[in-house]
Amino acid sequence: MLPRFWRKIKYRYDLVGSYCENCGRSFYPPRNVCPNCRRKSNIREIRFGDCGKVISYSVVHDSENTRMRKPYIVAMIKLDDGPVITSQLVCSPDEVQTGMRVRKVFRKYGEEGESGIIYYGTKFVPADSE
Amino acid sequence: MTLNAGIVSYGTHIPKYRISSDEIARIWGENAEIIKNGLGVYQKAVPDVDEDTATIAVEAAREAINRGNIHPQDIGAVYVGSESHPYVVKPTSTIVGEAISAGNDFYSADLEFACKAGTAGLQICLSMILSGMIDYGLAIGADTSQGAPGDALEYSASAGGAAYILGKRDLIAEIEDTYSFATDTPDFWRREGQPYPKHGGRFTGLPAYFRHVISAAKGLMDKSGLNPSDFDYAVFHQPNGKFPVRAAKTLGFNMERIKHGLVVPHIGNTYSGSSLIGLAAILDIAKPSERILMVSFGSGAGSDAFSITVEDGIESFRRNPSVWDKIRKGVSIDYGIYVKMRKKIRVK
Ligand SMILES: [Zn+2]
Repeated sequence: MLPRFWRKIKYRYDLVGSYCENCGRSFYPPRNVCPNCRRKSNIREIRFGDCGKVISYSVVHDSENTRMRKPYIVAMIKLDDGPVITSQLVCSPDEVQTGMRVRKVFRKYGEEGESGIIYYGTKFVPADSE
Repeated sequence: MTLNAGIVSYGTHIPKYRISSDEIARIWGENAEIIKNGLGVYQKAVPDVDEDTATIAVEAAREAINRGNIHPQDIGAVYVGSESHPYVVKPTSTIVGEAISAGNDFYSADLEFACKAGTAGLQICLSMILSGMIDYGLAIGADTSQGAPGDALEYSASAGGAAYILGKRDLIAEIEDTYSFATDTPDFWRREGQPYPKHGGRFTGLPAYFRHVISAAKGLMDKSGLNPSDFDYAVFHQPNGKFPVRAAKTLGFNMERIKHGLVVPHIGNTYSGSSLIGLAAILDIAKPSERILMVSFGSGAGSDAFSITVEDGIESFRRNPSVWDKIRKGVSIDYGIYVKMRKKIRVK
């Protein structure tokens, strides 16, 4: 778990993805090759903007590892800069609706017990909340 | 004296949950009115289950970067001051550096000096800028402090943070001068491996807080030839709502000059964030050429004093949402939710 997470820190901590200069598509998580252009792809790393909107979501009521935050929301979010990403949305299930504006925040994902590593990454909150 | 370096941008983060002193007093069978009158704290900010000092530091830093329109890779130093770093060994500052995409060439360390570690970071960045080592430095004070359940600290120990980007160009406020005062005073401490701090009770007032805050403020004014009447605003470390008001009065500042930076009654003591969030609240409304006195305090013990003059650049600087906007947006929780969020109960 540790090496797998460690190598992806850059992309989890911030909305860093990739962009194909040949066709203009963007990807998150980042890709090395554009599925559209294949050998013609011209991939660049890009940091997407902070905001997007919810296009779909589920309220998860049970899960082994999320006792401290139950129920929680997993949303598909269309970033203003293009790609759709799946992320936890930190708000009450009463608040969430499709089309709502959201913005990225930096939060804990979890930790390996009391002595292990702490995992951090990007989640989203309603855009008007601080 | 003028140092020709100062604040280029600032940002804050105050977690959105609040627990009232009434609610804490209800659980422990104490008289809420006596607590509120004695401490001057009505409610405090509580971090969400997935927030800690690192996440608070990152959120404050990102706000500062966005508002100042700074390219993160131009930041040459990252110093995070806290007494609640998530790891004892493993820096918070590298988590911040990565999360703000600062690249890999920056000076960094975590600082610890109870509640004044954040202002110590300001001094380090300032001197690195003046020496020409870096162009921009990021200094952060952030904490998620805990008091033991039932301890008087539980009413005030809260969470929050502020980030300042210092530099030489495009200043919104110049740091004219700084001065520090320190002694070895065991007023408050936490030993390795202990979850909650211990404190010297009533001992913490005169020989600790007041002696250091007042000596640092006076030392700064002596050094720079300034008087209390030269300052439009003053902000002090805020362990409760009473101490900073009394320190201000002793030094000759009326309520008018401290009230805007006095945030502790509504969010509690944010430790390393305390005087820095108060300063941010003042910068939110300050006008060019106004002068601000800031004095932090860290137990153990020491104070850092700063004389800051507001520059013309503040007028075009984006200051919304303001600190007071964030304070007002709080969502109240009860003691049960608070205990769960602060992990005061063990879950398997
Ligand atoms: Zn392509």
